[in-house]
Amino acid sequence: MKTGFWLNLAVMAGVTYLIRMVPLAVFKRKLENEWIQSFLYYIPYAVLGAMTFPEILFSTDSVWSAAAGFLVAIVLSYLEKGLLTVALSACGAVLAVECTIQYLIPALS
Amino acid sequence: MEKEMNTAAGKLVVNSFRLGLKDGVPIGLGYLSVSFTFGMMAVAAGLPVWAAVLVSMLNVTSAGQFAGLPLLAASGSCIEMALTQFIINMRYALMSLSLSQKLHRSVNLLDRILIAFCNTDEIFAVASSKKGEVGKRYLYGLILMPYFGWAFGTLIGAAASSLLPAIVQSALGIAIYGMFLAIIIPPAKHFRPVLKVVLFSVLLSCIFRFTPGLREISGGFVIIICAVSAAGLGAFCFPVHREREVG
Repeated sequence: MKTGFWLNLAVMAGVTYLIRMVPLAVFKRKLENEWIQSFLYYIPYAVLGAMTFPEILFSTDSVWSAAAGFLVAIVLSYLEKGLLTVALSACGAVLAVECTIQYLIPALS
Repeated sequence: MEKEMNTAAGKLVVNSFRLGLKDGVPIGLGYLSVSFTFGMMAVAAGLPVWAAVLVSMLNVTSAGQFAGLPLLAASGSCIEMALTQFIINMRYALMSLSLSQKLHRSVNLLDRILIAFCNTDEIFAVASSKKGEVGKRYLYGLILMPYFGWAFGTLIGAAASSLLPAIVQSALGIAIYGMFLAIIIPPAKHFRPVLKVVLFSVLLSCIFRFTPGLREISGGFVIIICAVSAAGLGAFCFPVHREREVG
C-alpha cells in the first residue's frame, strides 16, 4: 500500500479515537446547551444526506442504472428494511438495468 | 430486575463481566451485517482484504468508515480526512461526555482511555440504559462481542467480495449510498425536522455539485459545509428537547 494510505488511516483512526476519548477522560459536567445537543443530533443525517445526493447518480456505469438503484433504495428504506437488504437490492436494480443496457437492447435492435 | 447489581457507597453499580458479555451479543450480531457491507464496499473501492479489516479494527465506527473509504482508496488529502471524520463523528463527543457521568468512580483514567476506543452508538445506548452507574468489568464485557463482530463481519464481507465477478463488483458501487438511505430515511419518515435537515443538506450539495466555480471545491469540504449549515439551521429552527437515539 502507498504511504498515503497509512497516513490517511492513522489520521482517520486518530481523529475518531480522540473525539471519543477526550470527553470521556476529561469532562465530568453534563452539556446542557440545547442548540449543541440538537446540532449533534442532526449532524449524522445532514452528513449522510449531502454524501448521498447527487453522488449516488454517478456511482455506477450509467445514470439510468444508478437512478433505478436510487429508486429501489428509497422505497425499501421507506418500508424500513435493513441496511444490507436495502444496499444489496439497490445493487440488484443496478445490475438488472446494466444488463438490459449492455445485452438486451443491442440484441433487440 | 438486574441480577448483578451490587451496592457500593449507597449507589447501584452494574459491574459484571458476564452480564456485559451477554448484553453485547445482540450488538455484535447486528454489527455483522453492517461490517459485512463495509468489507464488500472496501474491496469494491480497491482496498485489499487485510486493509479493510485493519480499518475496522482501528476505527470501530460505521458512518465514519464508509465516509473515509473514498479518501483511503484514493490516498486523498489527510486534512480532508481529518475534517470529514471530525464532522461525522462529532456526535461521539456528546456520547462520551454523557457516558462519563455514568461511570463508577472506580473506573480510572486508563480504563476510560481504553473504553473510549469502543464507545459506539449502540454500546453507548446499552450502557446508558442501565440503572445506576456502570463499572469497568461490565463495560469491558459489553465491548468484546461487538468489537469482534465488527472485525469478523468485515473480514467475511471483504473475502466474499473478492470472489465476485467484475460486473457485480461494479454494481456494488451504489451499495454504500443505498445503506446511507436506509439510515436516514426511517428517522426522516417519523420525525419531520430530520427530513427538512436532510433535504436542505441535499439542496446545498446539489448547488455545490452543479454550479460552475463551486464545482471545483473538493467533495469532503462540500460535505462539511452542507452538513454544518443544515444541522446548524436545524438546531436553530427545530431544537430537539430530549436526547433522541442517534444512529
